[in-house]
Amino acid sequence: MDRFSWTTGLLELGETLVVQQRGVRLSDGEEKVKFDSGVLLLSTHRLIWRDQKNHECCIAVPLSQIVFIEEQAAGIGKSAKIVVHLHPASSNKDPGPFQSSKYSYIKLSFKEHGQIEFYRRLSEEITQRRWENMPTGQAMQVNKDSQAGRIRAVGIVGIERKLEEKRKETDKNISEAFEDLSKLMEKAKEMVELSKSIANKIKEKQGDITEDETIRFKSYLLSMGIANPVTRETYGSGTQYHMQLAKQLAGILQTPLEERGGIMSLTEVYCLVNRARGLELLSPEDLVNACKMLESLKLPLRLRIFDSGVMVIELQSHNEEEMVASALETVSEKGSLTADEFAKLVGMSVLLAKERLLLAEKMGHLCRDDSVEGLRFYPNLFLTQS
Amino acid sequence: LPQAKYKERGTVLAEDQLAQMSKQLDMFKTNLEEFASKHKQEIRKNPEFRVQFQDMCATIGVDPLASGKGFWSEMLGVGDFYYELGVQIIEVCLALKHRNGGLITLEELHQQVLKGRGKFAQDVSQDDLLRAIKKLKVLGNGFGIIPVGGTFLIQSVPAELNMDHTVVLQLAEKKGFVTVSEIRASLKWEPERAKQVLEHLLKEGMAWLDTQAPGEAQYWLPALFTELYSQEITPEEAKEAIP
Repeated sequence: MDRFSWTTGLLELGETLVVQQRGVRLSDGEEKVKFDSGVLLLSTHRLIWRDQKNHECCIAVPLSQIVFIEEQAAGIGKSAKIVVHLHPASSNKDPGPFQSSKYSYIKLSFKEHGQIEFYRRLSEEITQRRWENMPTGQAMQVNKDSQAGRIRAVGIVGIERKLEEKRKETDKNISEAFEDLSKLMEKAKEMVELSKSIANKIKEKQGDITEDETIRFKSYLLSMGIANPVTRETYGSGTQYHMQLAKQLAGILQTPLEERGGIMSLTEVYCLVNRARGLELLSPEDLVNACKMLESLKLPLRLRIFDSGVMVIELQSHNEEEMVASALETVSEKGSLTADEFAKLVGMSVLLAKERLLLAEKMGHLCRDDSVEGLRFYPNLFLTQS
Repeated sequence: LPQAKYKERGTVLAEDQLAQMSKQLDMFKTNLEEFASKHKQEIRKNPEFRVQFQDMCATIGVDPLASGKGFWSEMLGVGDFYYELGVQIIEVCLALKHRNGGLITLEELHQQVLKGRGKFAQDVSQDDLLRAIKKLKVLGNGFGIIPVGGTFLIQSVPAELNMDHTVVLQLAEKKGFVTVSEIRASLKWEPERAKQVLEHLLKEGMAWLDTQAPGEAQYWLPALFTELYSQEITPEEAKEAIP
């Protein structure tokens, strides 16, 4: 920790911010120091740490001081860490919080995650050494020792050797994984080719394929994650899976819909259903494909798409056009309302409140006043007071 | 009679190929199971490997995230990872919408999602977030990804943002704000065009107007300046987020 210097934390001319992460603790080697909770910033030139509670307390170390870095995975009760091995401090270093240290490395503990991204960026910056191409002002400390002919402190050579071995081992694991992945992808590619060939056959036959065969084909495509190469319109939409899902949804969503005035946006449904499931979640496409089948399966819910593209699920018994009439009353009572105000009054999400007001406008009941203060709706007096 | 013969033949061909596909599918499932038993952890823990995996799938025309019922999701567990992330992204965007009009930097989204996931959850990379967001688009809520200055702005509302709006956002990214003069100087637009774009951003709540600024009015993007302060999501905002 004696390599750090006090700093204002302001970036120099030519220095750019690369990434930052909150909730980082600094340690001097194995020992805890008072730098418990701070924002860690990586720039093209330095590693900067600023105390979250006391912004005046800000320290930095030039990236040129770094010999190498390693990752330490998280454990039970322990955050993921990055260990930064440093060259000895140069004699002309600016004053910092520590005059001396018995360690030649520091540890960065990521108490609020972000270690993976930070490690990646830090590795990049150390490799690219952008600070060499972008000279900055006097306040920056340039460590000439880090250029050709590194001074190696005792023990660093041994550590580097161990790290090299570990890298080779990791590389081996990764290459094996990539090799296996490539082989797997070759097989997957064959499946894609086969499915295209079958799709062509189906097109040629133009309707002579049985429904049973179509359903089987679609379920194979679903398993592989291959987009259906045959047009949906001709052969119906969805698969057995989506049909079952649609029926399940009708059951799950009945009560929540009733509680929410009969209408919910598809994103609300996605969150609700997946939070309830916990495991084996639905993909967004699963949800949309299932909802598209609600009407044809004569279930008590339906999918509706507004002009804006917003997708909602409504109870069959829900009539948005009737709701518009009551919306008109509410707006008239208040004189005028924005979507936010209407949403708060009625207890709806802003998204759906806006759609209702837009529909009312489309039906001629409301007029808009579109200014920089926002979009406000008024009862359409042109219609009623002619 | 000859026609019927041709029809029969046709049916047999498709049946053959379907049977072949069914067999190959079973074999593939076995291969995937083997791969999963060796490398499932790698996918979970290693974001770079996830990227490689996704890219390879895309190259051959396979979408491992298309359905929770797909083999990839069932056996490698990639589905649950991204679909859950999708839920978390939606919640953060909803909670912060009233502050930033539905525009947020990828960095801030990343920070907030990590916070929400808690200490013991698995780490996620920005690439993971982008993939989850691409999947969310199909829900019709207006999710979009706008490249600005080396990073991305994430849109989560169905506001229409065309190329004019996007290029002004990119211009504003450098300082967090933009003025009409800067737009005219950089993009060579007529003042009317610049004003129209800025007004649209104001109306959507994505830009705030500072008329007190020295010189001329500045249009600030809350999505950009809140990133530096990474404010906590308040309990009221959190309530707004969960249906």
